[in-house]
Amino acid sequence: MAVFPRRRLAAVALAATTALLVTAGCGGGDEEGGDGPVTLTVDVFGQFGYEQLYQEYMAANPDVKIVERGTGTNLDEYSPKLTQWLAAGRGAGDVVAIEEGLLVEYKANPGNFVNLLDHGAADLKGNFLEWKWNAGLTADGKQLIGLGTDVGGIAMCYRKDLFEKAGLPTERDEVSKLWPTWPDYIATGEKFVAAKTGASFLDAATNTFNTILLQTAGNSGGYSYYDTSEKLVVDSNPAVRQAYDTTMDIIDSGLSGKYGSWSEEWVSAFKQSKFATIACPAWMTGVIEANAGPAAQGKWDIAQVPGNGGNWGGSHLAVPKQSKHQAKAIELAKFLTSAKGQIGAFKAKGPLPSSPQALDDPAITGATNTYFSGAPVGSIFGTGAKSLKPVYMGPKNQAVRTEVENAVRTVELGQRSPAQGWTDAVTNAKKAAAK
Amino acid sequence: MTVQLDARPPVAPAPPPPTGRFSRLDTRLSPYLYIAPFFLLFAVFGVYPLAYTFWVSLHDWDLLGTEHPFVGAENYTRLLADVDFWHALVNTLGIFVISTVPQLLAALWLANLLNRGLRARTGWRMAILVPNVTSTAAVAIVFGVIFGREFGMINWLLDLVGMDPIGWKSNRFASWVAISAMVDWRWTGYNALILLAAMQAIPRDLYESASIDGANRTRQFWSITVPLLKPTIIFCAIIATIGGLQLFTEPRLFHSGTNPIRGGPMRESQTLTMYMFENAFAPHYNFGYGSAVAWLLFALIAIVAAVNVLLLRRLGGRSGPDARKETPR
Repeated sequence: MAVFPRRRLAAVALAATTALLVTAGCGGGDEEGGDGPVTLTVDVFGQFGYEQLYQEYMAANPDVKIVERGTGTNLDEYSPKLTQWLAAGRGAGDVVAIEEGLLVEYKANPGNFVNLLDHGAADLKGNFLEWKWNAGLTADGKQLIGLGTDVGGIAMCYRKDLFEKAGLPTERDEVSKLWPTWPDYIATGEKFVAAKTGASFLDAATNTFNTILLQTAGNSGGYSYYDTSEKLVVDSNPAVRQAYDTTMDIIDSGLSGKYGSWSEEWVSAFKQSKFATIACPAWMTGVIEANAGPAAQGKWDIAQVPGNGGNWGGSHLAVPKQSKHQAKAIELAKFLTSAKGQIGAFKAKGPLPSSPQALDDPAITGATNTYFSGAPVGSIFGTGAKSLKPVYMGPKNQAVRTEVENAVRTVELGQRSPAQGWTDAVTNAKKAAAK
Repeated sequence: MTVQLDARPPVAPAPPPPTGRFSRLDTRLSPYLYIAPFFLLFAVFGVYPLAYTFWVSLHDWDLLGTEHPFVGAENYTRLLADVDFWHALVNTLGIFVISTVPQLLAALWLANLLNRGLRARTGWRMAILVPNVTSTAAVAIVFGVIFGREFGMINWLLDLVGMDPIGWKSNRFASWVAISAMVDWRWTGYNALILLAAMQAIPRDLYESASIDGANRTRQFWSITVPLLKPTIIFCAIIATIGGLQLFTEPRLFHSGTNPIRGGPMRESQTLTMYMFENAFAPHYNFGYGSAVAWLLFALIAIVAAVNVLLLRRLGGRSGPDARKETPR
């Protein structure tokens, strides 16, 4: 074969360019509008527990068909997709769930969403806890981005069978008494580890870290990585340092199974009963049930969380401006976030209502969860839900949180010493906040 | 490839002189119309995204923001001082080298085996392509489980022979090896088939005369097969380079859980494309910065491809039968 280097080079460059471009991404699909029933797409992550509610809604509104996307996905998969859809101007559902940590970023660009105040949402204010309602408002208070779904009151879920094996009490009230504070929780964990059950005491240090942080922050200044003037305070907020130090004690005592949260291994560890406790915001109960599966029914139970309360997570439902069926989507969002909708979701998958009416409803106060050995979830999570202290989330909360939790993870895996981990956390958090 | 360099066709009989205006237009324009589809598609899907990415990279472009102020080369200067960028670059090159080199050698060896008179030859030849038709996502997820820290099969096997488990996802070199294994499992067969096709184009009489001259199989392989395969090896190397430097799906899906886009808690196996994604999308949504990463990656691929061509030409050019022709013009 004859060789012409220059031509070859040109061909190579062309081939390189083409191949590079072939990898360009592609957008999501859309359904066509038509005369028949309107299809409303609802984008969620994790477990929202809306299936039954959709059936009811569709039965009452025959002109609407509801499709849910994203059930069971992790927030880290869901939020980039949603952001891309919003940026691209198409692809997003008609109703989308927004987690509290991302709400601030979305509120900074409110033009992507329908202002629910223009559609009669102002009358609904009394249906939500005040801070939950306010979280959906833009800084100037003129636009309401989303209606609150749930709040994340925290408890501690534990495996009764593993506790029994380790010679610890198994009744939920006795278990709650084991750990009024986090040091007590660690002491209990050390006893558990000494009993050599083949399981770890907790799933991942990062989950526990986030719980302690949100609890400590809620009980002190009401903010974590950012203060309320949106200044990054990761290295000066004592709540962050305190949560970090407590977590280091947990790691030091060898309590963590080091199953990276939300990973395949984490799910396997649920299935194989590899850890005995997990910090449990109300919505986590649905996640546990989905991960541990029917085989573990009745083996889990729920006790009080060490320390004092706290709120982790909770979402809002919003209607993107790109929706072609805004009016119908707004009606659906109102229905799903109504007291009735929130009670339905709670019964299905456990997310704790953000509506005071729902929280007072006997359906909630008297609710038990058979999967969790009949634990009175209504009173465990519901009591104190109205006095929950929210934590302020700054503009780059998600990026900063990622950096700090990764630093915790490196210490947990033995890649870094606690001191190095703290330095990494602060340096990387500052860098992430500046991006 | 043709040796024909002259752009004009060797027209023997003179064409009839163009009569009307239309037929003159026809002779002038229609060639361009015939080749237009490629250039149109290339402009829409090739040039435009490239140029647009460059345009974006010159701005402070928040993905959700409505205003995108022009910042000139600031994204690039920041990027060049960004340790995480260089870290991702080293990861990418590291994974590229430890996946591509064994992959091409293994492909060459496989192709040579398949080129012999085996029983059920077609069956074997098809079988080696099977990994390639498996979906990358499925491969990555399965390998991610196999290389799990606690429940993974590899660590279980290591445990059986009394070795300590390896943190495949949190040890930098180990994660490179695991990801390379994934890439090689998928692409070795593909390259072997391409090399095999080229091997079959080598005239048999070369081997016959070599045998008569007393050259054994190994000698024939290195003195006839490899030199004559050189253009194909270059092709395979370049395709592997492009794929290797753009590696995304395998390392991304190898990690699961929170923020897998980092490729491990300390970015152990975060490749450049992952870093681009991390910046352009979650959690930073800095489209301008991500576009700057994309352009530097493009430059890098061009450089590495050029180095590849030069290196391989030299390697093969020393002893091959067509070495004479290889001398640069």
